Amino acid sequence: MRYNLMAAALAAATALSFAGPAAATDLEVTHWWTSGGEAAAVAELAKAFDATGNHWVDGAIAGSGGTARPIMISRITGGDPMGATQFNHGRQAEELVQAGLMRDLTDLATKDKWTEIVRPKSLLDSCTIGGKIYCVPVNIHSWQWLWLSNEAFAKAGVPVPKDWNEFVAAAPALEKAGIVPLAVGGQAWQASGAFDVLMAAVGGTDTFLKVYKDKDAKFAAGPEIAKVFKAADDARKMAKNTNVQDWNQATNMVITGKAGGQIMGDWAQGEFQVAGKTAGKDYTCLPGLGLNEVIATGGDAFYFPLLKDADKAKAQEVLAETLLDPKTQVAFNLKKGSLPVRGDVDLNTANDCMKKGLAILAKGAVMPWTDQLLSQDSQKQKEDLFSEFFAKPELTVEEAQKRFAAIIASAD
Amino acid sequence: MSKSERPTRLFRNLNAKVASIPMILTALVVFVGGTAWTVLYSFTNSKLLPRMSFVGLDQYYRLWATPRWLISIENLLIYGVISLVFSLVIGFLLAALLDQKIRFEDVFRTVFLYPFALSFIVTGLVWQWLLNPDFGVQRVVRDLGWTSFAFDPLYNSSIVIYGISIAALWQGTGLVMCLMLAGLRGIDEDIWKAARVDGIPTWKTYLFVIIPMMRPVFITTLVIIAAGIVKVYDLVVAQTSGGPGIASEVPAKYVYDYMFFAQNLGQGFAASTMMLLSVVIVIVPWAYLEFGGRKRG
Repeated sequence: MRYNLMAAALAAATALSFAGPAAATDLEVTHWWTSGGEAAAVAELAKAFDATGNHWVDGAIAGSGGTARPIMISRITGGDPMGATQFNHGRQAEELVQAGLMRDLTDLATKDKWTEIVRPKSLLDSCTIGGKIYCVPVNIHSWQWLWLSNEAFAKAGVPVPKDWNEFVAAAPALEKAGIVPLAVGGQAWQASGAFDVLMAAVGGTDTFLKVYKDKDAKFAAGPEIAKVFKAADDARKMAKNTNVQDWNQATNMVITGKAGGQIMGDWAQGEFQVAGKTAGKDYTCLPGLGLNEVIATGGDAFYFPLLKDADKAKAQEVLAETLLDPKTQVAFNLKKGSLPVRGDVDLNTANDCMKKGLAILAKGAVMPWTDQLLSQDSQKQKEDLFSEFFAKPELTVEEAQKRFAAIIASAD
Repeated sequence: MSKSERPTRLFRNLNAKVASIPMILTALVVFVGGTAWTVLYSFTNSKLLPRMSFVGLDQYYRLWATPRWLISIENLLIYGVISLVFSLVIGFLLAALLDQKIRFEDVFRTVFLYPFALSFIVTGLVWQWLLNPDFGVQRVVRDLGWTSFAFDPLYNSSIVIYGISIAALWQGTGLVMCLMLAGLRGIDEDIWKAARVDGIPTWKTYLFVIIPMMRPVFITTLVIIAAGIVKVYDLVVAQTSGGPGIASEVPAKYVYDYMFFAQNLGQGFAASTMMLLSVVIVIVPWAYLEFGGRKRG
């Protein structure tokens, strides 16, 4: 009896290994998810992939996307590709795809009907180049959030603001209480991102698209954008005592009540969660800075370099399917603080802030983000400008706007 | 028969010539070839991957209109002058002091040279902590009672490059000192005796006799320091990563950021070509004087 059972199990196992994916293929996956909340989220992906009988070899690269992407790209172009790699979907991997270094996933996508399950549609559009699909979006990250420390406002004796304007008005009270009103870390992308958020919130969606999608340089030099720069000027005055570099250190200032607030994407939520804080009670989140409740559909996606090894190629397909699996989507996104890419999953356990985001998403109030609209080259120029703008009070608003318009004029 | 008795010039010392072929090839292909390739592609609009579509001098126009590049150049000049002057002066002074037949010379030499054993990354991190207002020198002095004392060069745009230079000097002067010391030891003892007999004061002997005699050592040191200046990158990355804002950016970092982060190879190549050009402008006149002069003499 016992022998039979064993034999049956053995037979089943053999059958499985023939039918299913080749047993235990190691697949190296590179990504830049290294902060506490991010690492917890990526562990969920690894767990789900290992459960398929393959092995996730973690290739985390510390130091945020700016450090990680050059390493990933030089590995792919240098002929030492990993099994799969994270990018922000949009234009970061555009040229790698055009050079034929990335794997076309169209067949798999048609088979699994990605076009039907992935929403909003713009996510898959960002993965599509020349009619073919090259990446698997795993989450929706939106930049446009203002995170506020309830504790800091209680200490300063002012009510927690409901939008950006109230926040600016509350800044003097915060400063008097020895609190930095706005935390902006020293890394260049944070200043640049905060400006884009202000543009979407203060200027509105149309203004944002006119500048970044249509690249209208005349408009970028005009009075509408001058208003945005005025807001950015407020922001840099509020942020001048930040003295930290990494975004999660800046988030930590909000968590501990040393700073009043932070403009940061919803990935900051993972940090609040790891610190055991409750949305609504300990901290408040304002999508679109409370002014324009639209969320951007930026986010992370996995790209699969073209590999010669057939076993690994098969494992890539398994990974792609695992990433879009409803269960993985829920487990991963809850830890990450981002929104799932499919609308048919159950997110009852989501917290207040995520529910706000989901509601906006359900309303269809979405917009593309700069990762999808601008090349890395233009992004970098923008980062140089805004990191200087935030660090150097002598750089006037007018001068900065002039330079900004010049960047938009040459943007591609 | 007679031919084999008188080998042509080409085959003289054949073993040595064969042995040097790999190095000659490396020099030609890797150094000269790589340089030519970079310069060539700096005239294209290559983005993430190199491609041959020429745009003339566009990359250079853009480069010289970019505030960040101009700041980088200015920083490199300040950093260069400071490292050159101070590491030579301090290095020579330390060497001259060590040369006074003092006790524990070995100990001092080791202590001064020790920072050189650390990489720029480690040096940068150490000094990042030392110059951090909340943990470093400023905090220590404030804890001692001077509560209004302010010393935070790395957080002040206008003096951040000096903060970086301090770290570079700390790391580099030890080596300069050792080179100078070797040079001083190479001076014949009789020169000193002759100077003393003539009643020339020591400082004058150093300035007008010893230093001119140490010319080869100075040139070696100069080349080593100058190369270090142009390629400074890791120290800045470790200490400030170019901040606050873009106040401590340097050319090498511009090259890296635009080549790999901004995915704009053309722009990065243009910047690196400018760096090469600046080195050539310094090296060529010097090489001409140095090697051209020898022929005449």
